[in-house]
Amino acid sequence: MACLVRSWIPLLFLQSFLVAIAFGSNEGEEFSEELLLKPLPDRKVLAHFHFENRAPPSNSHGRNHHLFPKAISQLVQKFRVKEMELSFTQGRWNHEHWGGFDPLSSMNAKPVGVELWAVFDVPQSQVDISWKNLTHALSGLFCASINFLESSTSYAAPTWGFGTNSDKLRYGSLPREAVCTENLTPWLKLLPCRDKDGISALMNRPSVYRGFYHSQRLHLSTVESGQEGLGSGIVLEQTLTVVIQPETTSVETNMQPSWSLSSLFGRKVVGSCVLAKSSNVYLQLEGRLGHESKNVDTEIEAHKLWMNSDFDLSLKPDRVIRESSSLLFIFDIDKSSDSEPFDLGLTWKLPSKWSCEQAPLHASRFLMGSGNERGAIAILLKATESQEKLSGRNLTTDGRCTIKANIFQIFPWYIKVYYHTLQIFVDQQQKTDSEVLKKINVSPSTDKVSSGMLEMMLELPCEVKSAAISIEYDKGFLHIDEYPPDANQGFDIPSALISFPSHHASLDFQEELSKSPLLSSFKEKSLVRSYTEVLLVPLTTPDFSMPYNVITITCTIFALYFGSLLNVLRRRIGEEERFLKSQAGKKRGGLKQLLSRLTAKIRGRPIEAPSSESPAAESSFLSSKLIFKIILVAGAAAAWQYFSTDK
Amino acid sequence: MATEKRNKEEEEVKTDDGSPKIKPRPIVQLGIFLVAHSPVFSVVFSAAGVLALLILPLLAKNTYISENALMPGSARSMLSNRDVSDGSKLVKDIKNYRLNHEGQVQKLVGKYMSEMVAEVYYQKFHPEGNQFHPLHFFSGPDSYTLLDNVSCASYGVNVAGIIRAPRGDGKESIVLVTPYDFINGGDYEALSLGITSTLFSLLARVTWLSKDIIWLVADSRYGDYRPVAAWLSEYHSPSFKVSDLLKCGERNTADNFRRAGTVAAALVLKVDGRSERFEDTLSIYAEASNGQMPNLDLINVVNYLAVHRQGFYVKVEKVVSLLSSSWLKIIGEIFEAVGKLAHTLNPDWNFGIPVADYLEGSATLASSLYSQALGIPTGPHGAFRDNQVDAITLKVSPRFPPDSKTRQHDFFLRGARLLEGTIRSVNNLLEKFHQSFFLYLLTSPSKFISVGVYMIAFALLVAPLPMVAASLYIEGCKALTKSTDNPTENLKSWKWLDAAKQVFALHLFGFIVTLLPYFICQVPGQHSPSNRSIMWGTTSSSLLLITFAAIPGCSPFTSRHHGTHWAVLKSVTISAAFIGLCLMSIINFATAEIGALLLVPTCLMAQPIKPALRSRRIKSMLGAFCSMVLLTIGFPVMFFAISKGLFGEGLVGLSLGGEFWTWLESLWAWKSATYLYIGMVHLPCWLLCLCILFHPS
Repeated sequence: MACLVRSWIPLLFLQSFLVAIAFGSNEGEEFSEELLLKPLPDRKVLAHFHFENRAPPSNSHGRNHHLFPKAISQLVQKFRVKEMELSFTQGRWNHEHWGGFDPLSSMNAKPVGVELWAVFDVPQSQVDISWKNLTHALSGLFCASINFLESSTSYAAPTWGFGTNSDKLRYGSLPREAVCTENLTPWLKLLPCRDKDGISALMNRPSVYRGFYHSQRLHLSTVESGQEGLGSGIVLEQTLTVVIQPETTSVETNMQPSWSLSSLFGRKVVGSCVLAKSSNVYLQLEGRLGHESKNVDTEIEAHKLWMNSDFDLSLKPDRVIRESSSLLFIFDIDKSSDSEPFDLGLTWKLPSKWSCEQAPLHASRFLMGSGNERGAIAILLKATESQEKLSGRNLTTDGRCTIKANIFQIFPWYIKVYYHTLQIFVDQQQKTDSEVLKKINVSPSTDKVSSGMLEMMLELPCEVKSAAISIEYDKGFLHIDEYPPDANQGFDIPSALISFPSHHASLDFQEELSKSPLLSSFKEKSLVRSYTEVLLVPLTTPDFSMPYNVITITCTIFALYFGSLLNVLRRRIGEEERFLKSQAGKKRGGLKQLLSRLTAKIRGRPIEAPSSESPAAESSFLSSKLIFKIILVAGAAAAWQYFSTDK
Repeated sequence: MATEKRNKEEEEVKTDDGSPKIKPRPIVQLGIFLVAHSPVFSVVFSAAGVLALLILPLLAKNTYISENALMPGSARSMLSNRDVSDGSKLVKDIKNYRLNHEGQVQKLVGKYMSEMVAEVYYQKFHPEGNQFHPLHFFSGPDSYTLLDNVSCASYGVNVAGIIRAPRGDGKESIVLVTPYDFINGGDYEALSLGITSTLFSLLARVTWLSKDIIWLVADSRYGDYRPVAAWLSEYHSPSFKVSDLLKCGERNTADNFRRAGTVAAALVLKVDGRSERFEDTLSIYAEASNGQMPNLDLINVVNYLAVHRQGFYVKVEKVVSLLSSSWLKIIGEIFEAVGKLAHTLNPDWNFGIPVADYLEGSATLASSLYSQALGIPTGPHGAFRDNQVDAITLKVSPRFPPDSKTRQHDFFLRGARLLEGTIRSVNNLLEKFHQSFFLYLLTSPSKFISVGVYMIAFALLVAPLPMVAASLYIEGCKALTKSTDNPTENLKSWKWLDAAKQVFALHLFGFIVTLLPYFICQVPGQHSPSNRSIMWGTTSSSLLLITFAAIPGCSPFTSRHHGTHWAVLKSVTISAAFIGLCLMSIINFATAEIGALLLVPTCLMAQPIKPALRSRRIKSMLGAFCSMVLLTIGFPVMFFAISKGLFGEGLVGLSLGGEFWTWLESLWAWKSATYLYIGMVHLPCWLLCLCILFHPS
């Protein structure tokens, strides 16, 4: 018996060990859902959904995931993606009112349409192939035409201008891609609870797409385990940023509108996603509000924070965190249930006004010139109000205070940019390149092969009021089958990216935080960047019925050319003349003679000697033959008619 | 053409020699036939050309919306009384503001705009005069160099507000322009601000916008066109260099100029005067510089909405004096009778129109042709067309006096609904306007003649020119070979060279005369237009004399026996006129059409009067008389005077030269190609005809 027991024990141990390993690996997979709400100064509300899914490093292929979407992990394994970001955006981010110097805007203010960038972990020669395959895979995964980024004319390989320094980085964007629910549904499918439960249940399609801005983003990065044999872990970050105008009944225009989750989205949260490790809702109040209350020691004071003379919160926050310029209320939605749904509301009592922190320079881009021939692209950088405050803080190099600005811009090949025409004006004074341009990297476009790319690093003095960059271009001609279906709309130049390498945005929380992925990502320093507008260039478009005309004209010309050429080659003029002379002696038909006499009279010339050719003798013969033929055919027809009707 | 002629010549020679004749090709035969009977054909073709022009109102087609995406009038208007009260309030405030002289009205308008959540900015511009520079013809609108010494004494301030489309991508925009004189604008003008403000208040709320909306209140103190052109040039080609203008005034307006993507279309709204009719009247102006027209779809949309939705009486400009002309009435009656006859023969032939319609149509057509031919834009929309933007000016005349409050509400509602519908249609467009016509003439707001139809009249008019040139050349060569027996006879194909020299010299002269005003303008001191025109006239005529003296064979007064034969000279002249007219028809069709009406008969009729007087035959005397009359009319100054009389602008007296100068000045200020045509095609051809008239043969 003891022997038996002794033999069982190792087995049991082994079993428990295996179970432990299995569970251990599963415990590594973490999912968290968060929602950040933020009233904006222009009477709108920003809602930022943040879902994070972590898969820890593992050492086996074909591993079964519990929470992590298999499609994404396969994507990472197959194409060896090191880091990737895909965003679908509709509407424009308003940098003036919605902020430009916080982590939220620098990460989530995206250009219109689709933007994709990826860093690969493959040898340099295979990067392009991986990129092409990746675009196709994503295209199928997200029901979007991302596969158009496959063509080498639509993507570029930024070196340093994009912010991520890697030679295995590829960047492409499709400004004209329309974003709709068909892109959101596959994105939601990656979440463990879909939109059935938890915070994502708020995503009522009509209210999400009614917003002024809507950006759906997917960011994934691999985490190296550092251990031998183990693969790499994946962190999948999915965010949806929506700017919504709450419906108000009040006529007062300076009063901020009051709202609740149910009024914004038409739905309420009825409990968290059970698979989520944490599900929190945050409310961030910016500006003046944050500065007012300094001490939050006692319970009463804390209470005052969320129920005071300015505004009321409908629910008691679980925690309140102070940031340098804002207040953050944290709500845990685990407690909510069907009977008691989580419906956070904010009621304003007094008119309040605040402004968002802006990026040091506000960038706008526009086209110069009109018509179909030439033009110029201009990027205008204007100092914002918050510039002075920022510049004094962290930018003093060798006695001179400067702002660094990186400009990264892709030009489609049909915009033929003359890089030598680059002009830089600082405070309306033209500057030479060496004065302000610190670094520049240009890769010119090749017709129908690759797009052009421009990376510039400007070093502007801190007290700069405005800076302008202009660069001239010529419009190219496309082949007729390269035009898109709506060619007369014009062609898009993708947004330029302006980033400030020496400015970093981060939220500076004064307290130690719980392990919230959203807040920790806010706490990390992120590069301040802003995208400019998409430009529309009207190119010369052919009349698309033209090929037909061209074919007809060409055929006519060919016919005329070959006809006359054959005539020249074939004809023997000497013989013809001899023939004519021999014919001249013969008699002419009476009718012909009459005609020639008539024409001679009209022309007022004496009657010509009978010279012209006249196969008169033949004509009678021919006509008799013809009459015979006609009679034959008519007889046949009559016979056919007779026999066919007889039946 | 010369080789063709030579070929024909060879053909002729062969038959003359009596050698065996090879039957020429039918097309060559036809050519020979046409050339041989050129006098008959030229009369027939010219008459047909004029007839085709007269028949155009009958051939006008009804307009239709070509671009399906426009869908005018399919959406219900969302304008509410609240929006209208916003507009009324602005008008009332402007009135009070101006009464109390509380300061700049621009600020008030800007305040209203920013209350509607629009981005507002002010733009200063300098009312710089358009200066003639010969090199600036056909160059873009932006080639002006910035004036260095700008005085702060006179500058205008435009106000502009932008509404960003909530979900749009900001690639395109629509511009609304209301010119308003901020210093001494009338009550009617303020109404246009009221209408646009009503609309703007609505657009700030709507969610269907996909293109940004820009409302520009142009400071029309210095004319309607200049502020809009200044704004557009800042929009499309700003100078990043420092401008002195920015230092003027208290507000720093330098940095806040804002843009909103490619301009898809623009509407200029003006309210003026009281309507003479029972309904409110809407006049559409579309002609831009050098006869360019906006896409017909834009006019169609406005016309459709104004007539079928808002009940405006829509009209386009017409030559009023033509409405009462008896000769046109007779022609109209004939056409009506023919149309009726055709209808009785075949009920499907419905081309006849009533006399009244015909008169209206031809008066409108004449105005349309005239405005296009003049090449001067008929409103601020011309500035947009120079930047390849489709734009029209809408001039609304209400039927009530400006202080009637009750009527004003209804007027604002309807005016704003019209604009709302138009903007909504343009907003629907995915592509820019390209479906409908760009080359057309209007005979009424809802009827047009497309390029394919009106080209026929011109083609018929100029068709006799090459025929007559060929036949005259043959004739002249024959005459020369007969008269001279020198050994250079075999070089007969170069007979035209002498004549060509003369033609070239006169064209060169025309070119110099065209450039002269630039130098006359440089003459220091103030001169009245009449003085300048006298200066121009004297320099030109002295230059002409120098040309005649310097280039032998040019002058009509030197009688030499072996000079160029007049027929050859006329042939080359006609060829030059033909080339000039055809080139002009590409640049500005209407100018070429009117020019052909003048030049073709003059060129065809021109013949030496000496033999005609010598022969003392009625026929040749009549011909000489006709050519002299035509030449008199064909002189540009004379034609200017006659056309002025025709348009009912009163008789011009002694100041004719001055007025002519002013007219030309306006032509070159607007960079009208008509000026170039007059100087470089019409004048030389006219002079050549004069040479032929006094030719010593």
